[in-house]
Amino acid sequence: MERPLTQHIRPGETLSLTEYQKHGGYEGLKAALKMSPKEVQDVVKRAHLRGRGGAGFPTGLKWSFVPIGDDAPRPRYLIANGDEMEPGTFKDRLLVEGNPHQLIEGMIISAYAIQAEIGYIFLRWAYKKGEKIIRKALAEAYQAGLLGKNILGSGFDFDLYLHTSAGRYICGEETALLNSLEGKRANPRAKPPFPQTSGLFGKPTIVNNIETLCNVPHILRNGADWYKKISLSEDGGTKIFGVSGKVKKPGLWELPLGVTLKEVLEEYAGGMQDGLKFRGLLPGGASTDFLTEEHLDIKLDYAGVEKAGSRLGTGTMIVLDDKTCVVGMVLNLEHFFAQESCGWCTPCREGLPWTEKILARIEDGQGKTEDLEILEGLTKTLGPGNTFCALAPGAMEPLQSALKYYREDFERHIKEQRCPRRS
Amino acid sequence: MLSDKERTEIEEHSRHYPRKQAAVIEALKVVQSHRGYVSDENVKDIAEFLEMTPDEVDSVATFYNLIFRKPVGEHVILLCDSVSCWIMGYESIMDRLKAKLKIEPGQTTKDGKFTLLTIPCLGACDRAPAMMIDNDLHGKLTAQKIDEILEKYK
Repeated sequence: MERPLTQHIRPGETLSLTEYQKHGGYEGLKAALKMSPKEVQDVVKRAHLRGRGGAGFPTGLKWSFVPIGDDAPRPRYLIANGDEMEPGTFKDRLLVEGNPHQLIEGMIISAYAIQAEIGYIFLRWAYKKGEKIIRKALAEAYQAGLLGKNILGSGFDFDLYLHTSAGRYICGEETALLNSLEGKRANPRAKPPFPQTSGLFGKPTIVNNIETLCNVPHILRNGADWYKKISLSEDGGTKIFGVSGKVKKPGLWELPLGVTLKEVLEEYAGGMQDGLKFRGLLPGGASTDFLTEEHLDIKLDYAGVEKAGSRLGTGTMIVLDDKTCVVGMVLNLEHFFAQESCGWCTPCREGLPWTEKILARIEDGQGKTEDLEILEGLTKTLGPGNTFCALAPGAMEPLQSALKYYREDFERHIKEQRCPRRS
Repeated sequence: MLSDKERTEIEEHSRHYPRKQAAVIEALKVVQSHRGYVSDENVKDIAEFLEMTPDEVDSVATFYNLIFRKPVGEHVILLCDSVSCWIMGYESIMDRLKAKLKIEPGQTTKDGKFTLLTIPCLGACDRAPAMMIDNDLHGKLTAQKIDEILEKYK
Protein backbone atom coordinates (compact mmCIF):
# COMPACT_ATOMS: atom_id res chain seq x y z
CA MET A 1 0.00 0.00 0.00
CA GLU A 2 1.40 3.40 -0.98
CA ARG A 3 1.44 6.23 1.53
CA PRO A 4 3.06 9.11 -0.36
CA LEU A 5 2.13 11.85 2.12
CA THR A 6 3.17 10.19 5.34
CA GLN A 7 5.62 7.38 4.56
CA HIS A 8 8.63 9.42 5.64
CA ILE A 9 6.98 11.07 8.65
CA ARG A 10 8.14 9.68 11.98
CA PRO A 11 6.25 10.48 15.19
CA GLY A 12 7.59 13.55 16.93
CA GLU A 13 10.17 14.34 14.23
CA THR A 14 10.34 16.82 11.36
CA LEU A 15 11.85 16.10 7.95
CA SER A 16 14.59 18.62 7.13
CA LEU A 17 15.06 19.98 3.62
CA THR A 18 17.99 17.62 2.99
CA GLU A 19 16.06 14.58 4.19
CA TYR A 20 13.04 15.56 2.12
CA GLN A 21 15.20 15.97 -0.97
CA LYS A 22 16.81 12.59 -0.34
CA HIS A 23 13.34 11.03 -0.61
CA GLY A 24 12.60 12.78 -3.91
CA GLY A 25 11.41 16.06 -2.45
CA TYR A 26 11.16 19.01 -4.90
CA GLU A 27 11.42 16.60 -7.89
CA GLY A 28 7.73 17.29 -8.52
CA LEU A 29 8.49 21.00 -8.66
CA LYS A 30 11.29 20.44 -11.17
CA ALA A 31 8.91 18.40 -13.36
CA ALA A 32 6.22 21.10 -13.09
CA LEU A 33 8.55 23.94 -14.05
CA LYS A 34 9.29 22.14 -17.33
CA MET A 35 5.56 22.19 -18.15
CA SER A 36 3.19 25.06 -18.94
CA PRO A 37 0.84 26.19 -16.13
CA LYS A 38 -2.13 24.77 -18.08
CA GLU A 39 -0.35 21.42 -18.39
CA VAL A 40 0.16 21.31 -14.63
CA GLN A 41 -3.56 22.03 -14.13
CA ASP A 42 -4.42 19.23 -16.56
CA VAL A 43 -2.29 16.64 -14.77
CA VAL A 44 -4.00 17.48 -11.47
CA LYS A 45 -7.42 17.35 -13.18
CA ARG A 46 -6.66 13.95 -14.69
CA ALA A 47 -5.45 12.70 -11.30
CA HIS A 48 -8.96 13.29 -9.87
CA LEU A 49 -7.62 15.13 -6.84
CA ARG A 50 -10.49 16.52 -4.78
CA GLY A 51 -10.28 19.05 -1.95
CA ARG A 52 -9.43 17.45 1.39
CA GLY A 53 -10.76 20.26 3.59
CA GLY A 54 -14.34 19.05 3.64
CA ALA A 55 -16.17 20.14 0.49
CA GLY A 56 -14.36 17.81 -1.94
CA PHE A 57 -14.30 20.18 -4.91
CA PRO A 58 -12.06 18.97 -7.78
CA THR A 59 -8.77 20.85 -7.32
CA GLY A 60 -7.70 21.16 -10.98
CA LEU A 61 -11.12 22.50 -11.92
CA LYS A 62 -10.97 25.09 -9.13
CA TRP A 63 -7.59 26.27 -10.42
CA SER A 64 -8.88 26.56 -13.99
CA PHE A 65 -11.25 29.40 -12.97
CA VAL A 66 -8.31 31.71 -12.28
CA PRO A 67 -7.66 34.12 -15.16
CA ILE A 68 -3.96 33.83 -16.07
CA GLY A 69 -3.64 35.54 -19.45
CA ASP A 70 -1.41 38.59 -20.05
CA ASP A 71 -4.27 41.00 -19.36
CA ALA A 72 -5.47 39.15 -16.22
CA PRO A 73 -5.39 41.02 -12.88
CA ARG A 74 -2.25 40.82 -10.74
CA PRO A 75 -1.03 39.87 -8.23
CA ARG A 76 -2.71 36.52 -7.91
CA TYR A 77 -2.72 34.75 -4.55
CA LEU A 78 -2.50 31.16 -3.34
CA ILE A 79 -3.55 30.39 0.23
CA ALA A 80 -3.08 27.19 2.21
CA ASN A 81 -6.02 26.75 4.55
CA GLY A 82 -4.56 25.32 7.74
CA ASP A 83 -7.22 26.66 10.08
CA GLU A 84 -8.27 23.09 10.97
CA MET A 85 -10.89 23.99 13.56
CA GLU A 86 -13.48 21.38 12.66
CA PRO A 87 -14.00 19.54 15.95
CA GLY A 88 -12.58 16.04 15.77
CA THR A 89 -10.07 16.99 13.06
CA PHE A 90 -6.32 16.76 13.61
CA LYS A 91 -4.80 15.67 10.29
CA ASP A 92 -3.15 18.86 9.02
CA ARG A 93 -1.24 19.12 12.29
CA LEU A 94 0.56 15.88 11.36
CA LEU A 95 1.44 17.11 7.86
CA VAL A 96 2.74 20.48 9.07
CA GLU A 97 4.75 19.13 11.99
CA GLY A 98 6.06 16.07 10.14
CA ASN A 99 6.97 17.34 6.68
CA PRO A 100 6.67 21.11 6.11
CA HIS A 101 8.59 21.04 2.81
CA GLN A 102 5.96 18.76 1.25
CA LEU A 103 3.44 21.56 1.86
CA ILE A 104 5.82 24.26 0.59
CA GLU A 105 6.60 22.27 -2.56
CA GLY A 106 2.88 21.67 -3.12
CA MET A 107 2.28 25.40 -2.78
CA ILE A 108 5.03 26.40 -5.22
CA ILE A 109 3.70 23.97 -7.84
CA SER A 110 0.10 25.09 -7.30
CA ALA A 111 1.15 28.74 -7.43
CA TYR A 112 2.92 28.05 -10.71
CA ALA A 113 -0.23 26.38 -12.08
CA ILE A 114 -2.29 29.52 -11.43
CA GLN A 115 0.64 31.91 -11.91
CA ALA A 116 0.30 33.30 -8.40
CA GLU A 117 3.13 35.49 -7.16
CA ILE A 118 2.20 35.65 -3.46
CA GLY A 119 1.14 32.92 -1.06
CA TYR A 120 0.07 32.68 2.56
CA ILE A 121 -0.12 29.73 4.88
CA PHE A 122 -3.10 30.41 7.16
CA LEU A 123 -2.33 28.35 10.24
CA ARG A 124 -4.46 28.10 13.34
CA TRP A 125 -3.01 29.73 16.46
CA ALA A 126 -2.98 26.49 18.46
CA TYR A 127 -0.33 24.87 16.26
CA LYS A 128 2.59 26.53 18.05
CA LYS A 129 5.01 23.74 17.20
CA GLY A 130 3.87 23.77 13.57
CA GLU A 131 4.37 27.53 13.45
CA LYS A 132 8.04 27.21 14.45
CA ILE A 133 8.56 24.34 12.01
CA ILE A 134 7.06 26.26 9.09
CA ARG A 135 9.10 29.40 9.84
CA LYS A 136 12.28 27.34 9.78
CA ALA A 137 11.27 25.50 6.59
CA LEU A 138 10.40 28.76 4.82
CA ALA A 139 13.85 30.15 5.65
CA GLU A 140 15.48 26.95 4.33
CA ALA A 141 13.45 27.12 1.12
CA TYR A 142 14.36 30.78 0.52
CA GLN A 143 18.01 30.00 1.11
CA ALA A 144 17.91 27.10 -1.35
CA GLY A 145 16.37 29.29 -4.07
CA LEU A 146 13.07 27.40 -3.91
CA LEU A 147 11.15 30.54 -2.97
CA GLY A 148 11.54 34.17 -4.01
CA LYS A 149 12.74 35.39 -7.39
CA ASN A 150 13.51 33.13 -10.35
CA ILE A 151 12.82 29.81 -8.63
CA LEU A 152 15.40 27.19 -9.69
CA GLY A 153 16.30 29.40 -12.64
CA SER A 154 12.83 29.04 -14.16
CA GLY A 155 11.96 32.75 -14.23
CA PHE A 156 8.97 32.06 -11.95
CA ASP A 157 8.72 34.23 -8.79
CA PHE A 158 6.77 33.25 -5.69
CA ASP A 159 6.86 34.69 -2.17
CA LEU A 160 5.33 32.71 0.69
CA TYR A 161 4.38 34.03 4.14
CA LEU A 162 2.96 32.50 7.29
CA HIS A 163 -0.12 33.97 9.01
CA THR A 164 -1.23 32.52 12.34
CA SER A 165 -4.84 33.05 13.36
CA ALA A 166 -6.33 34.48 16.54
CA GLY A 167 -9.13 31.93 16.88
CA ARG A 168 -12.70 31.49 15.53
CA TYR A 169 -13.94 28.44 13.58
CA ILE A 170 -15.44 30.62 10.85
CA CYS A 171 -11.90 31.46 9.62
CA GLY A 172 -11.88 28.07 7.91
CA GLU A 173 -14.66 29.21 5.55
CA GLU A 174 -12.71 30.39 2.53
CA THR A 175 -14.21 33.86 2.11
CA ALA A 176 -14.16 34.51 5.88
CA LEU A 177 -10.52 33.47 5.79
CA LEU A 178 -9.86 36.11 3.12
CA ASN A 179 -11.42 38.80 5.32
CA SER A 180 -9.33 37.61 8.25
CA LEU A 181 -6.13 37.77 6.16
CA GLU A 182 -7.07 41.32 5.21
CA GLY A 183 -7.18 42.16 8.93
CA LYS A 184 -10.95 42.25 9.22
CA ARG A 185 -13.62 40.43 11.20
CA ALA A 186 -13.96 36.95 9.70
CA ASN A 187 -17.46 37.30 8.24
CA PRO A 188 -18.06 35.31 5.06
CA ARG A 189 -18.48 37.18 1.79
CA ALA A 190 -21.34 36.99 -0.71
CA LYS A 191 -20.63 34.75 -3.72
CA PRO A 192 -20.36 35.56 -6.60
CA PRO A 193 -17.83 36.93 -7.16
CA PHE A 194 -15.91 33.78 -6.30
CA PRO A 195 -12.39 34.09 -4.85
CA GLN A 196 -10.94 32.57 -8.03
CA THR A 197 -11.69 35.84 -9.82
CA SER A 198 -12.01 38.31 -6.93
CA GLY A 199 -10.52 37.09 -3.67
CA LEU A 200 -7.81 38.48 -1.41
CA PHE A 201 -7.61 42.27 -1.77
CA GLY A 202 -9.99 41.85 -4.74
CA LYS A 203 -7.47 39.82 -6.75
CA PRO A 204 -7.76 36.28 -8.15
CA THR A 205 -7.16 33.86 -5.28
CA ILE A 206 -7.13 30.12 -4.71
CA VAL A 207 -7.65 28.68 -1.25
CA ASN A 208 -6.70 25.01 -0.88
CA ASN A 209 -6.59 22.83 2.21
CA ILE A 210 -3.15 21.81 3.49
CA GLU A 211 -3.70 18.11 2.81
CA THR A 212 -4.85 18.88 -0.74
CA LEU A 213 -1.66 20.86 -1.42
CA CYS A 214 0.50 18.09 0.05
CA ASN A 215 -0.83 15.72 -2.63
CA VAL A 216 0.31 17.92 -5.50
CA PRO A 217 4.09 17.18 -5.48
CA HIS A 218 3.44 13.44 -5.66
CA ILE A 219 1.05 13.80 -8.60
CA LEU A 220 3.61 15.84 -10.52
CA ARG A 221 6.43 13.47 -9.68
CA ASN A 222 4.66 10.19 -10.40
CA GLY A 223 1.90 11.16 -12.83
CA ALA A 224 -1.88 11.16 -12.88
CA ASP A 225 -2.19 7.45 -13.74
CA TRP A 226 -0.10 6.39 -10.75
CA TYR A 227 -2.18 8.66 -8.50
CA LYS A 228 -5.42 7.12 -9.68
CA LYS A 229 -4.02 3.62 -9.25
CA ILE A 230 -3.08 4.03 -5.58
CA SER A 231 -6.75 4.61 -4.77
CA LEU A 232 -9.50 2.00 -4.52
CA SER A 233 -12.03 4.48 -5.83
CA GLU A 234 -12.97 6.84 -8.64
CA ASP A 235 -11.35 9.61 -6.61
CA GLY A 236 -7.60 9.71 -6.92
CA GLY A 237 -5.02 9.11 -4.23
CA THR A 238 -4.97 8.50 -0.53
CA LYS A 239 -6.70 10.23 2.35
CA ILE A 240 -5.59 10.80 5.88
CA PHE A 241 -8.26 9.15 7.99
CA GLY A 242 -8.49 9.68 11.71
CA VAL A 243 -10.50 8.25 14.56
CA SER A 244 -11.18 9.73 17.99
CA GLY A 245 -13.55 8.72 20.77
CA LYS A 246 -13.56 5.55 22.86
CA VAL A 247 -11.73 3.22 20.49
CA LYS A 248 -8.67 1.21 21.51
CA LYS A 249 -6.17 3.10 19.35
CA PRO A 250 -7.26 6.61 18.33
CA GLY A 251 -4.98 8.05 15.64
CA LEU A 252 -4.35 8.95 12.01
CA TRP A 253 -3.60 6.70 9.04
CA GLU A 254 -3.01 7.47 5.38
CA LEU A 255 -5.09 4.96 3.44
CA PRO A 256 -6.34 4.62 -0.13
CA LEU A 257 -9.64 6.36 -0.82
CA GLY A 258 -12.29 3.67 -1.04
CA VAL A 259 -11.15 1.69 2.02
CA THR A 260 -14.16 0.47 4.01
CA LEU A 261 -15.36 2.13 7.19
CA LYS A 262 -15.14 -1.20 9.00
CA GLU A 263 -11.49 -1.63 8.09
CA VAL A 264 -10.53 1.77 9.48
CA LEU A 265 -12.47 1.23 12.69
CA GLU A 266 -11.43 -2.33 13.38
CA GLU A 267 -8.00 -2.82 11.83
CA TYR A 268 -6.54 0.62 12.40
CA ALA A 269 -8.43 2.09 15.36
CA GLY A 270 -8.45 -1.34 17.03
CA GLY A 271 -12.19 -1.48 17.60
CA MET A 272 -14.09 -0.23 20.64
CA GLN A 273 -12.57 -0.08 24.11
CA ASP A 274 -13.39 -3.13 26.22
CA GLY A 275 -16.93 -3.16 27.54
CA LEU A 276 -18.24 -0.63 25.04
CA LYS A 277 -20.36 -1.09 21.93
CA PHE A 278 -20.24 0.94 18.73
CA ARG A 279 -23.38 3.02 18.16
CA GLY A 280 -22.33 5.31 15.33
CA LEU A 281 -19.94 8.00 14.20
CA LEU A 282 -19.54 11.33 12.51
CA PRO A 283 -17.41 10.39 9.49
CA GLY A 284 -15.76 13.70 8.66
CA GLY A 285 -15.78 16.06 11.61
CA ALA A 286 -18.50 17.74 13.66
CA SER A 287 -20.52 19.03 10.70
CA THR A 288 -21.29 15.67 9.07
CA ASP A 289 -24.32 13.38 9.46
CA PHE A 290 -24.10 10.35 11.75
CA LEU A 291 -23.50 6.95 10.22
CA THR A 292 -24.49 3.81 12.14
CA GLU A 293 -23.81 0.09 12.27
CA GLU A 294 -25.72 -0.48 9.02
CA HIS A 295 -23.11 1.64 7.20
CA LEU A 296 -19.98 -0.22 8.31
CA ASP A 297 -19.42 -1.77 4.89
CA ILE A 298 -19.49 1.47 2.91
CA LYS A 299 -16.48 2.64 0.96
CA LEU A 300 -14.84 5.78 2.26
CA ASP A 301 -14.73 8.01 -0.76
CA TYR A 302 -16.72 11.11 -1.66
CA ALA A 303 -19.56 9.26 -3.45
CA GLY A 304 -19.66 6.33 -1.02
CA VAL A 305 -20.22 8.43 2.07
CA GLU A 306 -22.67 10.68 0.28
CA LYS A 307 -24.74 7.69 -0.79
CA ALA A 308 -24.95 6.67 2.86
CA GLY A 309 -26.43 10.10 3.64
CA SER A 310 -23.38 11.87 5.02
CA ARG A 311 -20.15 13.48 3.82
CA LEU A 312 -16.52 12.37 3.77
CA GLY A 313 -15.74 15.84 5.14
CA THR A 314 -12.27 15.94 6.65
CA GLY A 315 -12.08 12.13 6.94
CA THR A 316 -11.53 12.34 10.69
CA MET A 317 -14.22 10.40 12.53
CA ILE A 318 -15.70 10.83 15.97
CA VAL A 319 -17.07 7.61 17.44
CA LEU A 320 -20.18 7.35 19.61
CA ASP A 321 -20.25 4.43 22.06
CA ASP A 322 -23.21 2.94 23.93
CA LYS A 323 -22.32 4.53 27.28
CA THR A 324 -22.13 8.07 25.88
CA CYS A 325 -25.37 10.04 25.70
CA VAL A 326 -26.16 11.00 22.12
CA VAL A 327 -28.31 13.95 23.27
CA GLY A 328 -25.38 15.22 25.31
CA MET A 329 -23.06 14.75 22.35
CA VAL A 330 -25.31 16.70 19.99
CA LEU A 331 -25.75 19.38 22.67
CA ASN A 332 -21.96 19.69 22.85
CA LEU A 333 -21.77 20.05 19.05
CA GLU A 334 -24.53 22.68 18.88
CA HIS A 335 -22.96 24.62 21.75
CA PHE A 336 -19.81 24.80 19.64
CA PHE A 337 -21.63 25.94 16.51
CA ALA A 338 -23.72 28.51 18.40
CA GLN A 339 -20.58 29.93 20.00
CA GLU A 340 -18.67 30.00 16.71
CA SER A 341 -21.42 31.59 14.57
CA CYS A 342 -19.95 34.86 13.35
CA GLY A 343 -23.31 36.57 13.87
CA TRP A 344 -23.52 37.94 10.35
CA CYS A 345 -26.83 36.40 9.26
CA THR A 346 -29.97 36.01 11.34
CA PRO A 347 -30.92 32.32 10.97
CA CYS A 348 -27.48 31.22 12.17
CA ARG A 349 -27.04 33.87 14.88
CA GLU A 350 -30.51 33.28 16.38
CA GLY A 351 -31.23 29.70 15.36
CA LEU A 352 -28.13 28.02 16.74
CA PRO A 353 -28.47 29.33 20.32
CA TRP A 354 -32.16 28.34 20.18
CA THR A 355 -31.16 24.84 19.08
CA GLU A 356 -28.64 24.63 21.91
CA LYS A 357 -31.19 25.82 24.47
CA ILE A 358 -33.75 23.19 23.47
CA LEU A 359 -31.17 20.41 23.55
CA ALA A 360 -29.93 21.61 26.95
CA ARG A 361 -33.40 21.39 28.45
CA ILE A 362 -33.97 17.91 27.00
CA GLU A 363 -30.63 16.76 28.44
CA ASP A 364 -31.49 18.37 31.80
CA GLY A 365 -34.79 16.47 32.02
CA GLN A 366 -37.03 19.41 31.20
CA GLY A 367 -37.79 18.56 27.57
CA LYS A 368 -41.30 18.97 26.19
CA THR A 369 -42.99 16.70 23.68
CA GLU A 370 -43.13 19.46 21.07
CA ASP A 371 -39.35 20.07 21.34
CA LEU A 372 -38.53 17.39 18.77
CA GLU A 373 -40.82 19.02 16.24
CA ILE A 374 -39.20 22.41 16.86
CA LEU A 375 -35.75 20.87 16.41
CA GLU A 376 -36.84 19.25 13.17
CA GLY A 377 -38.17 22.60 11.98
CA LEU A 378 -34.84 24.20 12.83
CA THR A 379 -32.92 21.64 10.77
CA LYS A 380 -34.94 22.94 7.78
CA THR A 381 -34.77 26.66 8.64
CA LEU A 382 -31.01 26.51 9.19
CA GLY A 383 -30.45 24.10 6.31
CA PRO A 384 -28.86 24.77 2.92
CA GLY A 385 -30.02 27.89 1.08
CA ASN A 386 -31.18 29.96 4.05
CA THR A 387 -27.87 31.20 5.40
CA PHE A 388 -24.89 33.16 4.18
CA CYS A 389 -22.38 30.32 4.49
CA ALA A 390 -22.23 26.60 5.31
CA LEU A 391 -21.76 26.92 9.09
CA ALA A 392 -25.42 26.55 10.09
CA PRO A 393 -26.28 23.89 7.49
CA GLY A 394 -23.21 21.99 8.70
CA ALA A 395 -24.40 22.34 12.29
CA MET A 396 -27.73 20.77 11.31
CA GLU A 397 -26.16 17.63 9.82
CA PRO A 398 -25.35 15.83 13.10
CA LEU A 399 -28.67 17.02 14.60
CA GLN A 400 -30.93 15.87 11.75
CA SER A 401 -29.25 12.47 11.58
CA ALA A 402 -29.30 12.04 15.37
CA LEU A 403 -33.07 12.72 15.32
CA LYS A 404 -33.37 10.10 12.58
CA TYR A 405 -31.19 7.32 13.99
CA TYR A 406 -31.42 7.91 17.74
CA ARG A 407 -34.94 9.24 18.12
CA GLU A 408 -35.74 6.86 20.97
CA ASP A 409 -32.91 8.43 23.02
CA PHE A 410 -34.48 11.87 22.66
CA GLU A 411 -37.96 10.53 23.41
CA ARG A 412 -36.76 8.71 26.50
CA HIS A 413 -35.14 11.87 27.87
CA ILE A 414 -38.45 13.70 27.48
CA LYS A 415 -40.62 10.89 28.80
CA GLU A 416 -38.49 10.15 31.86
CA GLN A 417 -37.56 13.82 32.38
CA ARG A 418 -33.90 12.88 32.90
CA CYS A 419 -30.81 11.72 31.06
CA PRO A 420 -30.89 7.92 31.33
CA ARG A 421 -27.08 7.79 31.17
CA ARG A 422 -26.54 10.09 34.13
CA SER A 423 -27.02 8.92 37.67
CA MET B 1 2.91 54.04 23.67
CA LEU B 2 4.06 51.08 21.62
CA SER B 3 7.62 50.05 22.37
CA ASP B 4 10.28 50.15 19.64
CA LYS B 5 10.36 46.37 19.66
CA GLU B 6 6.59 46.22 19.15
CA ARG B 7 6.76 48.72 16.30
CA THR B 8 9.53 46.78 14.57
CA GLU B 9 7.66 43.49 14.92
CA ILE B 10 4.40 44.98 13.60
CA GLU B 11 6.22 46.57 10.66
CA GLU B 12 7.79 43.23 9.80
CA HIS B 13 4.32 41.66 9.54
CA SER B 14 2.80 44.56 7.62
CA ARG B 15 5.46 44.19 4.90
CA HIS B 16 3.76 40.92 3.91
CA TYR B 17 0.59 42.70 2.81
CA PRO B 18 -0.21 45.30 0.14
CA ARG B 19 -1.69 47.58 2.82
CA LYS B 20 -0.45 47.78 6.38
CA GLN B 21 -3.93 47.67 7.98
CA ALA B 22 -4.09 43.99 7.00
CA ALA B 23 -1.57 43.31 9.77
CA VAL B 24 -3.89 44.52 12.53
CA ILE B 25 -4.49 40.99 13.90
CA GLU B 26 -0.73 40.44 14.00
CA ALA B 27 -0.31 43.84 15.67
CA LEU B 28 -2.79 42.85 18.39
CA LYS B 29 -0.93 39.57 18.86
CA VAL B 30 2.42 41.33 19.05
CA VAL B 31 1.19 43.67 21.79
CA GLN B 32 -0.43 40.78 23.64
CA SER B 33 2.77 38.74 23.51
CA HIS B 34 4.63 41.56 25.29
CA ARG B 35 1.94 42.73 27.70
CA GLY B 36 -0.30 39.72 28.30
CA TYR B 37 -3.42 41.50 27.04
CA VAL B 38 -4.51 44.45 24.92
CA SER B 39 -5.63 47.51 26.90
CA ASP B 40 -7.83 50.38 25.66
CA GLU B 41 -4.71 52.48 25.39
CA ASN B 42 -2.97 49.81 23.30
CA VAL B 43 -5.97 49.73 20.94
CA LYS B 44 -5.56 53.48 20.40
CA ASP B 45 -1.81 53.13 19.88
CA ILE B 46 -2.22 50.35 17.32
CA ALA B 47 -4.90 52.40 15.55
CA GLU B 48 -2.61 55.37 15.29
CA PHE B 49 0.32 53.28 14.11
CA LEU B 50 -1.71 51.53 11.36
CA GLU B 51 -3.74 54.63 10.45
CA MET B 52 -7.06 53.18 11.51
CA THR B 53 -9.71 54.37 13.95
CA PRO B 54 -9.69 52.85 17.47
CA ASP B 55 -13.19 51.51 16.76
CA GLU B 56 -11.97 49.67 13.69
CA VAL B 57 -9.15 48.07 15.68
CA ASP B 58 -11.48 47.17 18.55
CA SER B 59 -14.07 45.62 16.23
CA VAL B 60 -11.35 43.22 15.09
CA ALA B 61 -9.90 42.71 18.58
CA THR B 62 -13.26 41.73 20.06
CA PHE B 63 -14.11 39.33 17.22
CA TYR B 64 -11.19 36.98 17.83
CA ASN B 65 -11.33 34.96 21.04
CA LEU B 66 -7.56 34.66 21.41
CA ILE B 67 -7.12 38.42 21.69
CA PHE B 68 -7.55 39.24 25.37
CA ARG B 69 -9.05 42.66 26.03
CA LYS B 70 -8.90 42.16 29.81
CA PRO B 71 -5.89 41.32 31.98
CA VAL B 72 -5.17 37.59 32.28
CA GLY B 73 -3.00 35.60 34.66
CA GLU B 74 0.66 34.78 34.16
CA HIS B 75 -0.38 31.47 32.58
CA VAL B 76 -3.54 30.96 30.52
CA ILE B 77 -5.10 27.51 30.66
CA LEU B 78 -7.19 26.65 27.58
CA LEU B 79 -9.16 23.47 28.19
CA CYS B 80 -10.76 21.94 25.10
CA ASP B 81 -14.52 21.45 25.52
CA SER B 82 -15.27 20.14 22.01
CA VAL B 83 -16.80 16.84 21.08
CA SER B 84 -13.89 14.35 21.22
CA CYS B 85 -12.65 15.75 24.52
CA TRP B 86 -16.22 15.80 25.84
CA ILE B 87 -16.61 12.09 25.00
CA MET B 88 -13.28 11.35 26.67
CA GLY B 89 -14.32 13.10 29.87
CA TYR B 90 -13.24 16.74 29.76
CA GLU B 91 -15.87 17.53 32.41
CA SER B 92 -13.94 15.69 35.13
CA ILE B 93 -10.78 17.57 34.10
CA MET B 94 -12.67 20.84 34.36
CA ASP B 95 -13.94 19.89 37.83
CA ARG B 96 -10.40 19.16 38.94
CA LEU B 97 -9.05 22.45 37.56
CA LYS B 98 -11.84 24.43 39.22
CA ALA B 99 -11.24 22.70 42.56
CA LYS B 100 -7.45 23.09 42.39
CA LEU B 101 -7.47 26.72 41.29
CA LYS B 102 -10.64 27.73 43.17
CA ILE B 103 -11.95 29.65 40.16
CA GLU B 104 -14.63 29.27 37.51
CA PRO B 105 -13.90 29.37 33.74
CA GLY B 106 -13.28 32.98 32.72
CA GLN B 107 -11.64 33.87 36.03
CA THR B 108 -8.08 34.42 37.24
CA THR B 109 -6.63 33.04 40.49
CA LYS B 110 -6.16 35.50 43.33
CA ASP B 111 -2.37 35.30 43.07
CA GLY B 112 -2.58 36.20 39.38
CA LYS B 113 -0.90 32.94 38.31
CA PHE B 114 -3.60 31.26 36.24
CA THR B 115 -6.56 32.20 34.03
CA LEU B 116 -8.91 29.34 33.17
CA LEU B 117 -10.74 29.33 29.82
CA THR B 118 -12.51 26.77 27.65
CA ILE B 119 -11.49 26.54 24.01
CA PRO B 120 -12.91 24.83 20.92
CA CYS B 121 -11.13 21.78 19.51
CA LEU B 122 -7.32 21.98 19.77
CA GLY B 123 -6.74 19.47 16.96
CA ALA B 124 -5.32 16.90 19.37
CA CYS B 125 -8.35 14.60 19.35
CA ASP B 126 -6.29 11.40 19.44
CA ARG B 127 -4.85 12.65 22.75
CA ALA B 128 -8.19 13.73 24.29
CA PRO B 129 -8.90 15.21 26.74
CA ALA B 130 -6.43 17.97 25.90
CA MET B 131 -5.54 21.48 27.04
CA MET B 132 -2.96 24.13 26.32
CA ILE B 133 -1.11 26.15 28.93
CA ASP B 134 0.59 29.10 27.23
CA ASN B 135 2.30 27.48 24.22
CA ASP B 136 2.38 23.93 25.54
CA LEU B 137 -0.05 21.19 24.58
CA HIS B 138 -0.96 18.63 27.23
CA GLY B 139 -2.90 15.54 26.16
CA LYS B 140 -4.43 12.33 27.56
CA LEU B 141 -5.30 14.27 30.70
CA THR B 142 -6.41 12.66 33.91
CA ALA B 143 -7.36 14.36 37.16
CA GLN B 144 -4.10 13.09 38.66
CA LYS B 145 -2.01 14.45 35.78
CA ILE B 146 -3.57 17.90 36.29
CA ASP B 147 -1.93 18.18 39.71
CA GLU B 148 1.51 17.35 38.29
CA ILE B 149 1.15 19.68 35.32
CA LEU B 150 0.05 22.67 37.40
CA GLU B 151 3.06 22.19 39.69
CA LYS B 152 5.36 22.89 36.73
CA TYR B 153 3.88 26.34 36.20
CA LYS B 154 3.95 27.46 39.82
